[in-house]
Amino acid sequence: MRYAMVIDTLKCVGCSDCVVACQTENNVPIGYCRDWITETVNGAYPNVELELKSERCNHCDNAPCVRCCPTGASHIVEGGIVLVTPNECIGCGACIQSCPYDARYSHPEGYVDKCTFCHHRVEKGQQPACVSVCPTKCMYFGDLDDPNSEVSQLLKNRTWKTLAPEAGTKPHVFYLI
Amino acid sequence: MNNSRRTFIKISALGAGGLALTTPALNALGNNFSVKTEKGLINATKNLKRSATYCEVCFWKCAAWAYTDEDNNIQKIIGNESDPHCNGRLCPRGTGGVGMYSDNDRLKTPLIRTTVDGEETFREASWEEALTLVASKMQEIKDKYGAESMALLKHGSPGSHLEHLFQAYGSDTVAEPAYAQCRGPRETGFGLTFGSWVGSPEPTDIRDTKCLVLIGSHIGENMHNTQVQEMSDAIDNGATIITVDPRFSTAASKSQYWLAIKPATDIALLLSWMHVLIYEELYDKKYVEKYGHGFDQLKEHVRTFTPEWAYSITTIKPDDIRRTARSMAAAAPSVIVHPGRHVTWYGDDTQRSRAIAILNGLLGSWGRRGGFYFKESIKVPSFPHPPYPTPKWGWEQIGEKYPLAQMGITNEVIKATIPGENEEHPIKGWFVAGTNLVSTVPQREVIEKAIESLDFMVVMDTMPMEITGYADVVLPECTYLERYDGIRSSTNREPSIALRMPAAEPRFESKPAWWISKQIGEKLGLGEYFNYNDYKEVIAWQLEQMGTSLEEMEKIGVKNFKRKSGPMYLTDGQDYEFTTPTGKIEFYSEKLKSLGHDPMPVYTPHEQPAQGFYRLNYGRSPMHTFSRTINNPNLNDLKDENNLWVNPKVARIEGLKNGQEVWLENQDGIISTFPIKVRVTERIRWDSVYMYHGFGHNNKKLSRAYAKGANDTHLITKVTIDPLMGGTGMRGNFVKFLTENPNKNTAI
Amino acid sequence: MQEELFTSGRNIPHIDPSLEIWHWPISVYLFLGGLAAGLLFFMAIITLMEKDKEYPTVVKYASIIPPIALSLGLLALIYDLKHPLYAWQLYMTVRIESPMSWGAWVLLVTTPMSFLWVISYWKEMFPKWNIKFNWFQKLEAFLAKNRKYMAMAFIPLSIVLGIYTGILLSAFNARPLWNNAILGPLFLTSGLSTGAAAIILMAKTAKEKHLFGKIDLVLIIVELGLIIHMLMGMYAGSEVQLEAMQLLVGGEFTLMFFGFVVILGLLVPAVMELTELVGFKVPVAIPAILVLIGGLVFRFVMVEAGQITRYLY
Ligand SMILES: Nc1nc2c(c(=O)[nH]1)N[C@H]1C(S)=C(S)[C@@H](COP(=O)(O)OP(=O)(O)OC[C@H]3O[C@@H](n4cnc5c(=O)[nH]c(N)nc54)[C@H](O)[C@@H]3O)O[C@H]1N2
Ligand SMILES: Nc1nc2c(c(=O)[nH]1)N[C@H]1C(S)=C(S)[C@@H](COP(=O)(O)OP(=O)(O)OC[C@H]3O[C@@H](n4cnc5c(=O)[nH]c(N)nc54)[C@H](O)[C@@H]3O)O[C@H]1N2
Ligand code: SF4
Ligand code: SF4
Ligand code: SF4
Ligand code: SF4
Ligand code: SF4
Ligand SMILES: [Mo]
Repeated sequence: MRYAMVIDTLKCVGCSDCVVACQTENNVPIGYCRDWITETVNGAYPNVELELKSERCNHCDNAPCVRCCPTGASHIVEGGIVLVTPNECIGCGACIQSCPYDARYSHPEGYVDKCTFCHHRVEKGQQPACVSVCPTKCMYFGDLDDPNSEVSQLLKNRTWKTLAPEAGTKPHVFYLI
Repeated sequence: MNNSRRTFIKISALGAGGLALTTPALNALGNNFSVKTEKGLINATKNLKRSATYCEVCFWKCAAWAYTDEDNNIQKIIGNESDPHCNGRLCPRGTGGVGMYSDNDRLKTPLIRTTVDGEETFREASWEEALTLVASKMQEIKDKYGAESMALLKHGSPGSHLEHLFQAYGSDTVAEPAYAQCRGPRETGFGLTFGSWVGSPEPTDIRDTKCLVLIGSHIGENMHNTQVQEMSDAIDNGATIITVDPRFSTAASKSQYWLAIKPATDIALLLSWMHVLIYEELYDKKYVEKYGHGFDQLKEHVRTFTPEWAYSITTIKPDDIRRTARSMAAAAPSVIVHPGRHVTWYGDDTQRSRAIAILNGLLGSWGRRGGFYFKESIKVPSFPHPPYPTPKWGWEQIGEKYPLAQMGITNEVIKATIPGENEEHPIKGWFVAGTNLVSTVPQREVIEKAIESLDFMVVMDTMPMEITGYADVVLPECTYLERYDGIRSSTNREPSIALRMPAAEPRFESKPAWWISKQIGEKLGLGEYFNYNDYKEVIAWQLEQMGTSLEEMEKIGVKNFKRKSGPMYLTDGQDYEFTTPTGKIEFYSEKLKSLGHDPMPVYTPHEQPAQGFYRLNYGRSPMHTFSRTINNPNLNDLKDENNLWVNPKVARIEGLKNGQEVWLENQDGIISTFPIKVRVTERIRWDSVYMYHGFGHNNKKLSRAYAKGANDTHLITKVTIDPLMGGTGMRGNFVKFLTENPNKNTAI
Repeated sequence: MQEELFTSGRNIPHIDPSLEIWHWPISVYLFLGGLAAGLLFFMAIITLMEKDKEYPTVVKYASIIPPIALSLGLLALIYDLKHPLYAWQLYMTVRIESPMSWGAWVLLVTTPMSFLWVISYWKEMFPKWNIKFNWFQKLEAFLAKNRKYMAMAFIPLSIVLGIYTGILLSAFNARPLWNNAILGPLFLTSGLSTGAAAIILMAKTAKEKHLFGKIDLVLIIVELGLIIHMLMGMYAGSEVQLEAMQLLVGGEFTLMFFGFVVILGLLVPAVMELTELVGFKVPVAIPAILVLIGGLVFRFVMVEAGQITRYLY
C-alpha cells in the first residue's frame, strides 16, 4: 500500500475549493492552511502560459521532516502517510526547516500541523476532503502499489512531474502536465 | 495580496532587525503555554448531524448538506451527490458558506435611522417596532400614491417571499440586478432568435460538447458549478476550447485557441465567423434549411464581413478566424458558442447575443447533443391564497421604452424614483432585499439622487453592507443556513427539486424573510395571504402535492424526476416549431425591424481609451461572489483584496511597480475611495486594466472587507443603455493611475 | 516575464513570505554552544597534556563559562520552542537521524559535567566561598582526583557539541545555504576560535595569551579557508545554492557577513594577532572581542539568511 495524489494541472482552475474544504474538514484555523494554490505565468502577451497547482505535503518517501524530528512526533504510517502526533510535538520547528515545500506550519496551539492526506477519512475508505470536493475533478487519490488504480494508470499514461525532485525527497503528489 | 515567495524577500534581517526579531518571539510566548486540544481531529471524531439545504452564496443554488456539531455549530457544507447542479461538489464559495453563518460582523438586530445631536445614526430596535414602522410607511405610500409606488429591488431567495407580499399589497414594481446588469441582453437576444431564453442554469450540453466557444465568459473564474465541472469533462473528452477574451483568463489557458480580442469588437468577430461558415459552406445546411428563417438575408448581410475586415477591427489574424470557424464547423452540431451570462458590456449587447445565437443556429447546435439541450423543470404548486389585486402599473410600464425587456429594469426603476424623470410612474418607497445596489448598479450619483428623493427605504440584508447605510430601517435576515425557503425547482436535463431547511438556529436576533414578509403582511391587514404559522407548512403541503413529503426530502435533500416533455435533443429531420413569430430560428428578425432596430446584428465601433487612460475591465474572483462574500472569514482568508492587473509595458511607461498602491481616476474625474495594489502581469492587454468585482467596501462594520482594494462599480459612471432591453453597458469606462493619495487632505 | 504567486492567499505567520521559524534564541544558542565546546575542548586537552599548572586560566577560570553558556543556551532553545511544556518529549526517545535529538542528549550529558568540572576546582577558584557541607567536599575531592577521566570524556563530547551546532543546520537539505558538508567543521572551528578568544580575554599571563593568540590565528586562517571553500562550493552548485550564496556575497546579508564576520571578525583580529606575535604591542583584548562578536554575528547571519533560502519549483 502506497498512497499518492495525482493532480491534473490541465484541469485545475485554481479556484481554491480544495483549500476551503480542507479548512472546514480539518478545522484548520483561519489564517493557516494545509494546502494552497500557486499560479505560474510565463511568456509575454499574447503568448502566455498559465499553470495552476494545488500544493500540500508531498508525503515524501524520503521524508527529511521525519528524520529530523527529535521526538518522533513526525512519523510515517501505513500507506506512507506522514503524520504528526500533536502531543509528542515540542514545536522545535526542525521539521518546518527541513521541508523543501514549506508544507508545515506551526499551529496556534503549539504543535506543528500539515496535510494528513485526510488519514481519518482514508481509513474509512473515503477520499481526502480536497479530492472529494474539487469541482473540476482534477485530483485523484489512491494506491500506487496497485497497478490498476486510477493513480497508477494516470501516471502510466500521462506525462507528469513532481515538485523539486532535486531536493531528493521522493514526493508522492504528482502533477499531470 | 498575492504573495510571491519565489524570489528571496527582503526582511529586516539584522541591523535594526536584530531587535525586531524579538517581537515575534515575545508574541509567540502567548501561545507557549496553551493546552493541546487536538482540534484538528474534532470533525473526524464528532458526531455531525446533517441537514438538507441549497446554497445561497450565488444563484446556481447547488443542493448540499450542512453538517452541525453537538454544540449546534455548522462545521462544513458538502454537496448533495444526487444534485445535478453540483454532483456532490460545491464550488469554493459554497464550501466556504459556513463563513456566512459564522461571521460575527453580521447584522444582529433591526435598526432604525434616528438623529442624535444633529447627526444621523442607527439605533437598535425590536422587531415589533421595526416591522410596525415598515408596515405603516408602506400603508402611507399606498394611501398617498398607490401601492405601485412602492418598489421591490431584490435578488436571491428572500425575493420570492417579498414578491408574494408585494403582490398581495398591490405592487408589481419589481426589479433585480440579475437582469438589466447581468443576463438580460442574452435572454432577449436568444429569445428573439430561438423563441426561448437561455435561463439559469444554462442548458449548455458542455459535458458532451466537442467544441466550446467562450466569448468573454470566463468559466473557471466564473464558478457556476455545473459549467465548471462540465468544462473539465469536456477537457477530458478532448473537446476544442476557443476563448475570446482580451485578458488571458483561466479558461483561455485551457484553450486550444485564445483569441486575444481588442475589447468591444466582438460583434465584428462574430460576423466574420458567420461569413466563413456561410461562404465556405461549412454551416449545417439541412438544419438551417429546415429550421432557419432569413438565411438569405443573413448571407447577403455578412458578405463583406470577411476575416480580413474583422482583423482590422479586432486585431485577430484572419487565419485564426478561419481556423477557429472551421474547428467549430468540424465539431458541429456538438458545438456551443456560449451565450455568456454577465453580458451588459457595451450597450449593443442584445445584438451581440443575437450574433452568438445566430452562430449557434448556423452550426445547428440548438437542440443537439453537445450543443444546447431542451431543458425541463417541474412546477411547484403555489400554496392557496386569495387572488392578488391587479396593479395599475408595474415594471413593464416603467420600462415601456424597452418593450423587449422580459423583467423589471433596475436602472429604470431607480430613474423613476427621481422626481421628474417618470411622472406617470412615480416611485416613493424602496424595499431592498439581498442586493447591494450601490456596489451593483453603476452611476452611484444617480442612485444616491434617487434614494434622497424617497419617502421611505427599508433594506433587508444579512450583513452591514454599504446599501444598509442608506436605509431608514434595516432588517437583519438570518442566513440561508438558518431558515426554510421556497423549494428549489430547476430546469436541467431532468427536472429536480431541492429542500432548504435550517441547519442551526438563527444567530443573534436575525429572522427569515418568510417570517418578515408574513409579519409585515399581517400588519398591513393581508393576513389571509399568509395562512400558515411556519413556512415549513407551506413546503410540506407543496411536497405532498408533488408526490413526496417533507420527511422524505429531509432525508434525500434532492429529488430527481423523469422528463415528461420528450427527448433532450432533436431527432434527425424532426419537425419542430420554435416559439418565435415565424416558428423558426430567426436569423432575420422582423420584430426588430418593426421596432426600428437592426434586424440583423451590425458592428458599431465603440470609444477606445484616450492617451494615458486604460479601459476598466472587471470580472469574477473564483473565491468570491460579488460583494457579498468579501467579509466571509473563510473566503476572505483566500483573497482579502483585489489587485489591479497591469501589463508590464504599461507598468514601465507609467512607472508602476508590482505591489505598489495606486488610486484610480476615471474619465469623469471620479477617484477610487481606496487604493488598489498593482499586479504586473502578462495576462492583461496594454489598453486595459483588470480587477475583481466586489471589493473596496466602505463600511467599517465589515471588519475584514473594509478599505480592502478598490470598488469597480464606483468607477463606472458612464453607461451605455441597450436600446433593445434597457441593460446597463458598463465596460466603456477608462481610468488613469494616481500614485499619490488624492484623499490625503479630506477625511474619509 | 515570469510571475509566481499564491492565488489562495497563503500568508502563514512566520512561514510566509519567508521562513522565520527560528528566532534570535537559536542564533544565541548556537553561539553559546560553540563557545562552550571550544572552551571544554581546550580545557580537556591542556589537562590531558598535563599542562594545567602552566595554563590555569584555561582549566580553571575559563571553565566557569561552559556551564553558564550551556545553561543559557538550553534556556534559549526551550524559549524558542512553540510548546516548551512538552520539552521532556526530547528525552523519551533517541533518534539517531535527528541532529536535534543527539544534540539534546549531548547537552544532557555535557551540561552537568561542565558543572562538575567547576566543582572539582572549587577550592582553588573560590577560596573565599568555602562550602562546608561534608558531601560537597567529598564530591570535590572525588572529582579533582578523576579530572583526567572527565577530560577524556570532554574531548569527544566537545567535538560533537561543536560540530553539532553546524550539523544541526547543514542537515537541512531544504535550506540551500545550510546544506553543505563544510558547515559542521566551520562551526567547530569558529567555536574553537571563540573559545580561544575567551581564554585570551581572561588570561592573566602573557604566556597563556600568547599560546592562545597563536592557536586563534591558526583557527582563523582555517576558518577563512573553510568559508572560501563553502562559498566556492555553492558557487559551483545548483541554482538554488547560487542564489543562497548571493545572499551573502551580493545581497542583504553582505554587509553583515563580510563587514562583521569576515573583515571585523576574522581578518582584522588575524592581522592584530599576527602583529602581536611579531612583537609589536597590541592590546590583545581587541582582537579577542572582535572574534567573539564576529562569531555571534556569524550565527545570526547563518540562521537568518539560511531560513529564507529555499528550493525553487
Ligand atoms: N461593477 C460591476 N457591477 C456588477 C457586476 C460586475 O461584474 N461589475 N455584476 C452584475 C451581475 S452579473 C449581477 S448578477 C449583480 C449581482 O448583484 P447583487 O446581487 O446585488 O450582488 P451582491 O453584491 O452579492 O449583493 C448581494 C447582497 O445580498 C446580501 N445577502 C446575501 N445573502 C442574503 C440573504 O440570504 N438574505 C438577504 N436578505 N440578503 C442576503 C448580501 O449581504 C449583499 O448585500 O451585480 C451586477 N453588477
Ligand atoms: N466565482 C464567482 N462566479 C460567479 C459569480 C461570482 O460572483 N463569483 N457570479 C455569477 C454571475 S451572476 C454571473 S452573471 C456570471 C458572470 O460570468 P461571465 O459571464 O463568465 O463573466 P463576464 O463578467 O461577462 O466576463 C468577464 C470576462 O470578460 C472579459 N472581457 C472583458 N471585456 C471583453 C470584451 O470586450 N470582449 C470579450 N470577448 N471579453 C471581454 C474579461 O476579461 C473577463 O475575462 O458569473 C457567475 N459566476
Ligand atoms: S479545487 Fe480543484 S480546481 Fe479548484 S484549485 Fe483545488 S485542485 Fe484546482
Ligand atoms: S512534503 Fe515536507 S512535510 Fe511533507 S513529507 Fe515531504 S518533507 Fe515532510
Ligand atoms: S516541531 Fe514537532 S514534529 Fe516538528 S520536528 Fe519538532 S517535535 Fe518533531
Ligand atoms: S488531503 Fe486532507 S489534509 Fe491534505 S490537503 Fe487534502 S483535505 Fe487537507
Ligand atoms: S456555484 Fe458555488 S456558490 Fe453558487 S450555489 Fe453552487 S456552490 Fe453555491
Ligand atoms: Mo449575474
